[in-house]
Amino acid sequence: MSLREGQFRNPSGCAIVGVIDRSGKTMTGEGMILASEVMHDRSNGLGGGFAGYGIYPHYKEFYAFHLFYDGKGAQAETEAFVGRHFEIVYSSEIQTRKLPSVKNEPLIFRYFLAPLPRKLANSHLDEREYVARCVNRINAEISGAYVFSSGKNMGIFKGVGYPEDIGRFYRLEEYEGYAWTCHGRYPTNTPGWWGGAHPFGLLDFSIVHNGEISSYDANRRYIEMFGYKCTLQTDTEVITYIIDYLVRKRGLTLDEAAHVIAASFWSTIADKDPESRERETLLRRMFPSLLVTGPFSIILGYTGGLMALNDRLKLRSMVCAEKGDKAYISSEESAIRRIEPDLDKIFAPAGGEPVVYELYKGGRD
Amino acid sequence: MDMYIQPDYEVVRNTDRCIACRVCERQCANLVHSYDPDTGKMKADSSLCVNCHRCVCLCPTHALKIVKTDDTYKINANWSNQTINEVYRQANTGGVLLSSMGNPKEYPVYWDKMLVNASQVTNPPIDPLREPMETQLWLGKRSAPVERDEKGRLKNTLAPQLKLKVPILFSAMSYGSISYNAHESLARAAQELGTYYNTGEGGLHKDFYKYGANTIVQVASGRFGVHKDYLETAAAIEIKMGQGAKPGIGGHLPGAKISADVSETRMIPQGVDAISPAPHHDIYSIEDLRQLVYSLKEATDYKKPVFVKIAAVHNCAAIASGIARSGADVIAIDGFRGGTGAAPTRIRDNVGIPIELALAQVDERLRAEGIRDDVSIVVGGSIRSSADVVKAIALGADACYIGTAALLALGCHLCRSCHAGKCNWGIATQRPDLVKRLNPDIGYKRLVNLVTAWNHEIQEMMGGMGINSVEALRGNRLMLRGVGLTDTELSVLGIKYAGQSV
Repeated sequence: MSLREGQFRNPSGCAIVGVIDRSGKTMTGEGMILASEVMHDRSNGLGGGFAGYGIYPHYKEFYAFHLFYDGKGAQAETEAFVGRHFEIVYSSEIQTRKLPSVKNEPLIFRYFLAPLPRKLANSHLDEREYVARCVNRINAEISGAYVFSSGKNMGIFKGVGYPEDIGRFYRLEEYEGYAWTCHGRYPTNTPGWWGGAHPFGLLDFSIVHNGEISSYDANRRYIEMFGYKCTLQTDTEVITYIIDYLVRKRGLTLDEAAHVIAASFWSTIADKDPESRERETLLRRMFPSLLVTGPFSIILGYTGGLMALNDRLKLRSMVCAEKGDKAYISSEESAIRRIEPDLDKIFAPAGGEPVVYELYKGGRD
Repeated sequence: MDMYIQPDYEVVRNTDRCIACRVCERQCANLVHSYDPDTGKMKADSSLCVNCHRCVCLCPTHALKIVKTDDTYKINANWSNQTINEVYRQANTGGVLLSSMGNPKEYPVYWDKMLVNASQVTNPPIDPLREPMETQLWLGKRSAPVERDEKGRLKNTLAPQLKLKVPILFSAMSYGSISYNAHESLARAAQELGTYYNTGEGGLHKDFYKYGANTIVQVASGRFGVHKDYLETAAAIEIKMGQGAKPGIGGHLPGAKISADVSETRMIPQGVDAISPAPHHDIYSIEDLRQLVYSLKEATDYKKPVFVKIAAVHNCAAIASGIARSGADVIAIDGFRGGTGAAPTRIRDNVGIPIELALAQVDERLRAEGIRDDVSIVVGGSIRSSADVVKAIALGADACYIGTAALLALGCHLCRSCHAGKCNWGIATQRPDLVKRLNPDIGYKRLVNLVTAWNHEIQEMMGGMGINSVEALRGNRLMLRGVGLTDTELSVLGIKYAGQSV
């Protein structure tokens, strides 16, 4: 039997693309499928996935869990666990379309959940932490079950295959969201496991990432001090945990977190105005072990926004573009032109400089 | 001399080359060389030779060499010549054997059994000649609350830290064990390099207060030279609990090395042996250490980081955990190969553990307990090259102390006779005629050269790994692989075997 993601380290090259309509108007997942199709050669058919925001307006108060099950036993065990910790508002198998190019799919289920009030109160945890810990427990303790999406009013859809095939498999043309991201994977090893595909998500954070970070083990060993378990051994996983730690647990802004992860060089900081110099020096002194080196481009999705970030040397391609209310981020300009040939503006963000696109009414809860 | 003991090394003179200029005679404080006016030739008494190579280096006609003697006792795999000689020596004197510098025995050197990674294809190596390659770092506590001012800007809640431009510091060597000129060389080099040197337990000479911003002052069990100005002048204070060369015992500076100047600096009588106790007599347990840490912080208004230095011993991971919770900002760990100006031979050669294993375990333990951010880790004993520095940082160190390598840069030839006080290189001596042989203008420059060269090499290796900040190398153990190690050694080091993917 081939090894699963998490049992080995699996560097990958990739394609990433994202779109947001800042007015909050929704669009189907079709655009992302078309965009990723243009970048077909940046993937190798061993992983594709999407994240959509605003896709569950009727259940937006509830945590939407998406799960892969290897079999009915894992499902029964998981549902018993979920039942002990949450009220299950609605659950169903996720509707898919059979495609010859998408094989060996696991059982794929969706649950809308609310934490049981008494359990939550007894845990003395903040609600999001409670949910995050439940996700971690299912993933770590129940063999054959894997939660791959756990945010409110958002969802991740992923699997083994080319992203355009995975998008059609999940019938993403039937979902409507104000923001989407997509990932096509080019792993240098055979994962064969659907949980190993990207985006990687934790609560409403989702990350698509292209790169192979050289700081991986320094970052991993540091972040694991704070209760995270990097079970998948992927860059995307550790970057997600870093952002979750800095933003959710430590209360940094996304911009501050970006300046930790892709900190400016000391020589660059020295040339900045006094206030920025002080701020960036302090961030580097407080969180030096969360500096991420080596090539990466990422799109962080969250409730109400997308953030694009390149490593500080810009060792991976990434462009941003705008057209009216819509903003685009992509590994290649061609993918954006495929869905919007006539752009108001297109630019390549500098390494280490985050680009944030949020709903006009504001991002995050 | 002991009639039983024959010299280990022989002075060999090429009489065709020798011009009897008598440089060797003048240079040798051990009085090996002499001129025979009857024959007009130079003579040598090899039994006095410590093999410091001073005469060899200065001979203008390259007429001298020192060779290992081929005189031997009957070969015995159990009783080596040295072991037998040591018995003879002790039978003659009734004394404890003394040695200097680091453990020379054939124990495994784990640095040499670890190999470093490099990038190929899936991510690019980075060229330090063309891109920034950061070796700057800050030492100290990093755990600090995120707080904001009324405008929402982050407040600096960090405890004091030390800024290092290179991940290398000069380790503790006292004035007394080494010379004024050696100290001046270290202080000036530290200043120029943007790093620190360490006074050791010998106090700080009044001439060197001006280098305070690059000085770590030591508070050791003898409290030699400790007073208010001493603490206030320093950039940081180091509590010395132990030393890698002699874990479990205190220091010993022979009276012969206690000159008037050393006496004044140490605040002890001239010419009398300075023996610091094995323990701090106010520290018999971890809670006592905490009190000393905070006493020193109180005395300096919480403006300076406090280091606690321990020898690498079997239980160092647990000890380090205690230190990390004692208010210390930096833990310095000294491996069993670390140098010394004088130590009992049996202790130097048999007590303590390799720094590589101690470091790996301390770093792992502090992470397992979630307190790695409460302290920085500095390791020494012995770091011999930039490759050792890279491997130490990848195992989990923040920075490295170098002592022996620094002395080598000043001319030391590792003759391991510091305790005799007759260092021909002007380093480990207080004899004015010998001290002046070390020119601090040249000495400091050689130290700067050494560390600068190492820093370039560190940058090259980091670039090869695709890492452009030393902070992203710290604890990055996937960048290391072992060769020739057992499963137990690999697991203690927390690394994979060469060829193993993850």
